[in-house]
Amino acid sequence: MAIDARPPPPQFVAKLRRALGGRSGWKGLIAQVLFVAVLCWIGYEIVDNARDNLANQRIASGFGFMSQTAGFGVSQTLIPYQESDSYTRVFLVGLVNTLLVSAVGIVIATVIGFMVALGRLSPNWLISRIAGGYVEIVRNLPLLFQILFWYLAVLGTLPAPRQSVSLLDSFFLSNRGIVVPRPVGEAGLDGFLVAVLIAVTAAIALPLYARRRLFATGKPMRVWPVVIGLLIGLPLVAVAIFGRPFSFEVPVLRGFNFAGGSRLPPEFVALTLALSTYTAAFIAEVVRAGILSVHKGQMEAGASLGLSRGQTLRLIVIPQALRVILPPLTNQYLNLTKNSSLAVAIGYPDLFSVFAGTTLSQTGQAIEVIAITMGVYLLISLVTSALMSLYAWRINRSMGA
Amino acid sequence: MKRVSLVVALAAATVVSVSSADAQTLKTVKDRGMLSCGVSQGLPGFSSPDDKGNWTGLDVDVCRAIAAAIFDDPSKVKFVPLSAKDRFTALQSGEIDVLSRNTTWTLSRDTSLGVNFAGISYYDGQGFMAKKALKVNSALELNGASICVQTGTTNEQNVADYFKGNNMKYEVIAFANADEAVKAYETGRCDVFTSDVSQLYAQRLKLATPADHIVLPEVISKEPLGPLVRHGDDQWFDIVKWTLFGLINAEELGVTQKNVDEMAKSDKPELKRVFGTDGNLGEQLGLTKDWVARIIKATGNYGESFERNVGSGSKLEIARGLNKLWNKGGIMYAPPIR
Repeated sequence: MAIDARPPPPQFVAKLRRALGGRSGWKGLIAQVLFVAVLCWIGYEIVDNARDNLANQRIASGFGFMSQTAGFGVSQTLIPYQESDSYTRVFLVGLVNTLLVSAVGIVIATVIGFMVALGRLSPNWLISRIAGGYVEIVRNLPLLFQILFWYLAVLGTLPAPRQSVSLLDSFFLSNRGIVVPRPVGEAGLDGFLVAVLIAVTAAIALPLYARRRLFATGKPMRVWPVVIGLLIGLPLVAVAIFGRPFSFEVPVLRGFNFAGGSRLPPEFVALTLALSTYTAAFIAEVVRAGILSVHKGQMEAGASLGLSRGQTLRLIVIPQALRVILPPLTNQYLNLTKNSSLAVAIGYPDLFSVFAGTTLSQTGQAIEVIAITMGVYLLISLVTSALMSLYAWRINRSMGA
Repeated sequence: MKRVSLVVALAAATVVSVSSADAQTLKTVKDRGMLSCGVSQGLPGFSSPDDKGNWTGLDVDVCRAIAAAIFDDPSKVKFVPLSAKDRFTALQSGEIDVLSRNTTWTLSRDTSLGVNFAGISYYDGQGFMAKKALKVNSALELNGASICVQTGTTNEQNVADYFKGNNMKYEVIAFANADEAVKAYETGRCDVFTSDVSQLYAQRLKLATPADHIVLPEVISKEPLGPLVRHGDDQWFDIVKWTLFGLINAEELGVTQKNVDEMAKSDKPELKRVFGTDGNLGEQLGLTKDWVARIIKATGNYGESFERNVGSGSKLEIARGLNKLWNKGGIMYAPPIR
């Protein structure tokens, strides 16, 4: 029986598709311009209408509130802030806190994620089952639940400041967070910093040089003992020459809380832990899928060259897998950043909490505040994905793809 | 929570535009056959659902009284639990008809939010709750303390003012709703929990061992609480306002849930006006002549509601204090129905 030929699409459907830009051409272009114009007009109507109605209802609108005094306290601020500062300052405080928790979370999540993925692919039965169990458990529990778990069930059960667990009477662990001695700069600080800078630069440059030499001459070079020697030795030399760079301000329990020292608040710790372990489970699956997408012949080829499993993974498999890994990995980074807004449940003062929360309810300017907040999250997401695309582009280029 | 507030805010952007010119809340409510009333997410004594899902409390009674005045049926209320930070947007956007949710009347809220406060149903002030083990007897001993507070409340700014004014340092941890703030206080994350005093008593009941916590004597602010409505509908504003005044006037006149039928037959000119046997005051409001009788049959007068929900008849056992009637040593005072 002959297969029936599929009938050609009706003429007007084809025309419509072309007109909407299905094929490039003048008509398509005109349709698209019209479409964008209509969108702009609708957008303008919405804004205009909302503004009129807000004015009718005597709901204050506009962005003037940004310069008003906030008048409330924020528990964790990286930039100087006090109650008499403006809402703009509150916005910045929240933004910095969001960026901090996202950045730290992304780094930790990536490290855990790669380790779990490699663990799950490991030939060792026990390790692979543990890694598999981790992924299945963490991935299937709601994030808010995990945040509250870390905050209330883990950190919340730590003793009160007066009964805190201490190490050498300078490091304290309590339900107010982790308090450590704070370094205070002394005379030798400048020389010390220069030495560290030189050591770090050398530690980055040396492997690059070694790699180039390997490709040029085929002679491998053991880099890491030299690098470690540099990183530890140079600063030590600087200390010997210029004198002590720091003294430490040791925290003391005074009144309700610790005075002096630096403190890592439990809200930050709980949020970072929850976000990074949760996202790590997804990253682990992304990485595992990426590695499995590389033909196993590559692994065998590495083995036949006499490379160890680790070397094969690092030099042959992962670079190829990255092309598959990067796009979904970017998604996970974005998810982590956006999920950080759950901070509001545990009182971590992130952007969503202090700006879209407190500021919104104190000024009542929902539309402006939500618009700004959406814009900022959008911007963070776009920047993250642009950076990741750039990285993906470099990887692809270096592989000649 | 996060999602809700976003949805509410977006609703504000769109729904505001639909419902703003609409100054006919009464008609909307009648057509719907249901009053939509914003309340707290669970604050014993003011608004909290029992195990069968029935809402009770002082704030809830205001909603029920309004429903009774309109429908002669206090059950025709849909209660919408709202967090402190979502409450105004919900009212602005038309999601609720009236907000009866321990909300403090302040100038900025009255002028910039597009809302009108309909009166004061409870005179409150902000205080602190601390663990007895801490051995603190006064709020002035709280220098350096960690303080748990609910975000989006006047409490947050009052704390800042108070500590600054007394030259004390503090660390504030703000949570999206009161339960989370109390939980953090209970686990020891904060030394004290701050809120309106009535709420402190209510929240203390939820703690594992209420006897281990004390409410410090200082009251650091004025917190007049009451219902509020959207700006721009004067008739609706009047109905809510006079429902509240009706409750208070009824207490002053000695009208109770039990004797209301009897009192309605009275010859006293004052009572005749109130019960609509003389004149048409209720109809001027857009209600019926017997609106006060309907209200009192449904919820009892203000005093009865107070005792039942927060006073001696409740677990809270809050003294009437300022909330006594003006002629009994308090400041609760309603304009006359005439």
